[in-house]
Amino acid sequence: MVQFESMAILTKKSGIENKPIYDSAKRRLMPLLEAREAWRYRDLIIFLVRRDVTARYKRSVLGIAWTMLNPLGMMIVLSIVFSQVFRITIENYPAYVLSGLISWTFFAQTSAAAINVLVWGGDLLQRIYIPRSAFAISSIGTGLINLLLSLVPLLVVMVVIGSPLHITILLAPVAMILLGLFSLGVGLLISTIGIYFADVVEMYSIIIMAWFYITPILYTLDLLPANLQGWLQLNPMVHLVELFRSLVFYGKIPTLENWLISIGVALGMFLVGWLVFTGKSDEFAYRT
Amino acid sequence: MSLPTVPEISTMTSALEMHTGDDVVILEDTTVRYRVPRERFRTFKEFVIRRMKGQVQYVELLALNQVSLQVKKGEVFGLIGANGAGKTTLLRLVARVMRPTQGRVIVRGRVAPLLAMGAGFHPELTGRENVYLNGTLLGYTRREINELFDQIVDFAELRDSIEAPMRTYSSGMLARLGFAVATAQMPDILIVDEVLSVGDIAYQEKSAARIRHFREQGATILLVSHDMSSILKMCNRAAWLNHGEIVQVGPAEDVVKQFQIFMEVETK
Repeated sequence: MVQFESMAILTKKSGIENKPIYDSAKRRLMPLLEAREAWRYRDLIIFLVRRDVTARYKRSVLGIAWTMLNPLGMMIVLSIVFSQVFRITIENYPAYVLSGLISWTFFAQTSAAAINVLVWGGDLLQRIYIPRSAFAISSIGTGLINLLLSLVPLLVVMVVIGSPLHITILLAPVAMILLGLFSLGVGLLISTIGIYFADVVEMYSIIIMAWFYITPILYTLDLLPANLQGWLQLNPMVHLVELFRSLVFYGKIPTLENWLISIGVALGMFLVGWLVFTGKSDEFAYRT
Repeated sequence: MSLPTVPEISTMTSALEMHTGDDVVILEDTTVRYRVPRERFRTFKEFVIRRMKGQVQYVELLALNQVSLQVKKGEVFGLIGANGAGKTTLLRLVARVMRPTQGRVIVRGRVAPLLAMGAGFHPELTGRENVYLNGTLLGYTRREINELFDQIVDFAELRDSIEAPMRTYSSGMLARLGFAVATAQMPDILIVDEVLSVGDIAYQEKSAARIRHFREQGATILLVSHDMSSILKMCNRAAWLNHGEIVQVGPAEDVVKQFQIFMEVETK
C-alpha cells in the first residue's frame, strides 16, 4: 500500500539520540532562550511575512498598490491642509510631509500590530508552542516590506514636484532597520504592560496620536520656539525621523550625533522591550 | 510587587535530576493557579487607588493541584474527567504552551499536538503555501518541509489541488491536509484531544493506521477523550482528574470503571 512506503520515510529520521528535552524549571537567561527560539523559528517568521503581504495583495483589486496609494492620499490631504490653511512654507512641502509620514506610519502601524498579535495572539498560542516573539518580529517584517514599497510613491512625488533625488537614499534601509528595532521594543514593552493593565493597550492609539504631533512630520523643528525645540529632543522619534528624512529627502549624510542618538535609542528601546517581555512572557498564557 | 495575574513561578531544581528511567513525560507536584482579581477592575487608575488602600482581593483558581504523573515511553495514556477537571491545562503544560505555577514538567522528545491541525491556514493562499506556513508553525524548518512535502500531499490525497487557493477546499480536504502536516514526521509524543475524525470513513481508517504505526514505532500517545470506549480500546493506562487533582492512576480498565461508578453516583 502507498501509505506504508511513505511511512518508511517518516520514521527513518527520528533517532533516539539528541532528543530535545524540555524542563519547565529551566528558565534562567530567558532573554537568550527566547532569542534562540525566535532564531529557530526564523522560517516561520518569513512565511508569516509572506502570508501577510500576499494575502493583502490577493484580496483587493488594487492589491499591493494600496500600500503605495495610502500614504499618497494622506500626503495630499495633509499638504493641502497645512500649506493652504495653516500657511506653512517649507520647500518641496509634499515630499517633506510624505517622507516623514511613511516613517511615522511604519512606526505607528508595526508597533500596534505587534501589540495586537502579542496580546490577542489568539487561540493558536493556547494550543501549540510557538515563541511569541516570532509573531511580533513578523509584524515588523511586514511593515518593513510596506515601508520599502511606499518609497515608490515618495520618489514619484519628488520627481513630479521637482525635488532633487539623492544617492543617499541607498542608505535608507539602515534607518529603516533602526526604526524597526525601535518599534519592536515599543511593541514588546507595551504588550507586556498590557498583561497587567488592559487599558494600556486601548490607550496606545491615543498615545500614538499625541506622539505624532510632537514629532516634526508636518512642520520643521525650527518653526517651533527655541525652548520647545529643546524639549522635543527628548522624543526618540524626532531623531529617527530626522535620520530617515536626511537620507531620503534632504540627501545629506546625517551628522554623527544624529547617527549615534538614533542607534542608541533604537537599540536601547529594543533591549528594554526584549528584557521586559522575556522576563514576563510566561504570564501571557495565564491571562484568562 | 504583586500584580493581578502574576503566577508564583518557582524555580526549584529538585533532586529529580537522578530519577530518569524511560519516562518521557514527568509532572512533579505540578500546580497551575490562576489568580483572578475578585472584581473586574482592569483600569490602571482604579487598580492603583484600590491597591494603595489594600482592597485588591484575588480569587485563586486552581486548575491543577499538586499533580504528579509519569508517562513511559511507548505508552498510550488516557486522561479522563469531567469538563473543567484540568485535562486541557495538563495538555498545555506538556505542549509547553504554559509553565506550571509550581512544580516541574519534564518532556523528552518532540511533541506533536493534534490540537491545532490546520493552524494558521489562510484561505487566500494556495495549498502549497499553507503547507509551509502550517508546517513552520508546528516547528518544522523550511528544509524539513521540502523533504516531507510530497509525502504530505500524497497522504492528504491532494495532488491535484495543491496549487489551488485554500478557499476552494472542502472541509474534508482541509482536515486531511491539516492531519497530514501535523503527522508528517513521527513525533516522540503525540497529543490527541478527543477521538480523531478526519475526513470520510476511508480517511479515518488511514489516519488511525498512521497513529497505530507511530505507536508500534515507540511513540508515546496522550489521549484525552470523553468517550470511555475509545479510552478502553486504545489506552494501557489512564489518569482520572477531578477539580484539578488526580483521583486515580492505573490500568485503563480500572480507572474507567471507577470513573463510571463515580459519574453514576454524581448524576443520581
